[in-house]
Amino acid sequence: MFLCDDSAIDFTPQPGVGAPVWCGRAANGETLKDFAATARQVGGRVAAIWGSDERRHGGGFRLHCVFGLDRGHAWVSLDLPADDPVYPDLSGIFPTAGRMQRATRDMVGIASEGGDQRPWLRHGGWPADWYPLRHDAEAEKGARLEFNESQNSNQAPFSAGFPNFPSDYDFVKVGGEGAHEIPVGPIHAGIIEPGHFRFSVVGERVLRLEQRLGYQHKGVEKLFIGADIARGARLVGRVSGDSTCAYAWAYAAAVEAACRVEPPPRALAVRALLLERERVANHLGDLGALGNDAAFAFGLTQFFRLKEDWVRQNASLFGHRFMMDCIVPGGVTVDADAAALAAIVEQCGAIEAAVKELRELYDGHPGLQDRFATTGIIDSNLARELSLTGMAARATGILLDGRAHRQGYTPPPPYAALGVRPVTDERGDVAARVAVRFDEIAESLRLLRTLAVGMAAGDTRVDLAPPAGASGLGVIEGWRGEVLVGVQFDNDGRLARVHPHDPSWQAWPALEHAVMNDIVPDFPLINKSFNLSYSGVDL
Amino acid sequence: MIPLLRHIFRTGILTEPPQPAGADDPRREIDRLHDEILRVLGRALTIREVDAGSCNGCELEVHALNNPYYNLEGRGIKFVASPRHADMLLVTGPVTKNMENALRIAYDCTPDPKLVVAVGDCGCNGGVFGESYASCGAIGNVVGVDVRIPGCPPTPLALMQGILAAVRTAK
Repeated sequence: MFLCDDSAIDFTPQPGVGAPVWCGRAANGETLKDFAATARQVGGRVAAIWGSDERRHGGGFRLHCVFGLDRGHAWVSLDLPADDPVYPDLSGIFPTAGRMQRATRDMVGIASEGGDQRPWLRHGGWPADWYPLRHDAEAEKGARLEFNESQNSNQAPFSAGFPNFPSDYDFVKVGGEGAHEIPVGPIHAGIIEPGHFRFSVVGERVLRLEQRLGYQHKGVEKLFIGADIARGARLVGRVSGDSTCAYAWAYAAAVEAACRVEPPPRALAVRALLLERERVANHLGDLGALGNDAAFAFGLTQFFRLKEDWVRQNASLFGHRFMMDCIVPGGVTVDADAAALAAIVEQCGAIEAAVKELRELYDGHPGLQDRFATTGIIDSNLARELSLTGMAARATGILLDGRAHRQGYTPPPPYAALGVRPVTDERGDVAARVAVRFDEIAESLRLLRTLAVGMAAGDTRVDLAPPAGASGLGVIEGWRGEVLVGVQFDNDGRLARVHPHDPSWQAWPALEHAVMNDIVPDFPLINKSFNLSYSGVDL
Repeated sequence: MIPLLRHIFRTGILTEPPQPAGADDPRREIDRLHDEILRVLGRALTIREVDAGSCNGCELEVHALNNPYYNLEGRGIKFVASPRHADMLLVTGPVTKNMENALRIAYDCTPDPKLVVAVGDCGCNGGVFGESYASCGAIGNVVGVDVRIPGCPPTPLALMQGILAAVRTAK
């Protein structure tokens, strides 16, 4: 087979024009574990893990594991019995699988045998033996609430569901003379999403950081169940607001693969325009914020000015500053006429010149470079160990970009024809993540101009018929890294299960490593250099 | 240092002074809002932003308030690190159950008389996420709200108008 000759799993390629995906079923847990071990050996990574409830169709539960391999993605599913849904722990092979497994247990109630069993997304808002993504969860919740209300009249003033109890979390303790803890969050000092960081420090040196996330968990995955395709598109565009185009495209690609529909070439070109504009907007903002976190307010002012110009053009050309709801299954809801394309080309030139000048100022500023260089280092071995993707992985020297050709891999259109030049930097520190952002802005501006000049003619949307029982997986290289969306349809053509996966799942653990042995005051800078999503992983 | 200063000088001041022409120019509107907020309030305003469960879209626009076009801090309206230093809580939502308690604590830590502004469709009414086992929905379901700013996300101008509306309610 495509991974190794003696693979016990039969794979079939997913149809369509999306990123290459092979689908297969593991006969049992050992087969899955063997496949994971082989994937790790050949340099593969765990791309996503989620679970689904198949009991309505006479089955039990199903575990879905996606592995990223040289030639594309392998989507392996494993059926689990309804009465004893357990599977082998994969966190010994892929450490970052641990949190995904814990979330899968919290959501669907299927558990790994061994490994970390602490809850992840469930804090105190619902009982430990109640699983929100099970089909019978709603009915069961009604029965339990009735019981609770009669038992307990002293409830919180508002209760959408179960009573909300405070929860303890068993952080790993660091001992030794002078070692102490600094708890931070969930509400952070800046304008940023909530999460909890537990630093164990000696003096100002960080010995260990442990993250506790889940504060942004708002039940997104449950809302997909029973929704139609259009409602799903609105939801997926709000999984992580800064990556709305990446999520919308990944979802659209998954639905289109399931429906066996290919979007028209012009729709794909417009999608790439939107995705590259999203990348540039975020990189501009991050470069400014990174300057600011190193006390270089000039950088914030200058880059935020450029970002504002950029998102204002989004609004004038596509009707929304962040281009929400522009990409839908079947195509796009917006188009770019000749005048719009000319405006894009013109602005690309202006931004390129301004960024080039600012880069010289950043590179030539000793104080700034002193803060950036050798701060928050991760090397490529660690990045591989943690299945890291995207900008942060490329900043350790790993040449992995879903938009670019590599041996055995052809990127999906329109990127196949664009000849994307992936950017890497081997230093692995904040300076590298800054440099990769600068270079990626330049490359995206080049791509935008190429797309604008050679825009394909034709329609921008095709009709879709919701297929009964079909499934699909979409993979998109967002600005942060690899965004995946897995979609399953029910027999009535409604969504049975949608799982959006953010690259931050793999990058949060990398951040824990990056701050080790740096000083506490460097944490905001290191954190910003990754700029990870909370909402995207908390769902 | 000299190239840096040259760059600052060449960029100039982007927050434009009042202009007679172009009534629909957003910059003119920004300036009018600045003046009015300060006139109504008569002093500086400190804001603590709390993300109680948003998708981060609203935060992108709150960040934009500090870019040189909107320049909120330039007019004495400042985002602060602690609710104890704040006159106003600017809250995005929906309020997740996992953030419900933290939001209540932040609210209690904000000195009276305090203003609470609910930001975005989700903050106003739960938005696409609504109320569920994991979501309390609107900010108003958890803490008292003075002004609601709809939008997905609301633009920086809408945010400034909402902040002005909240300041007016306080007078």
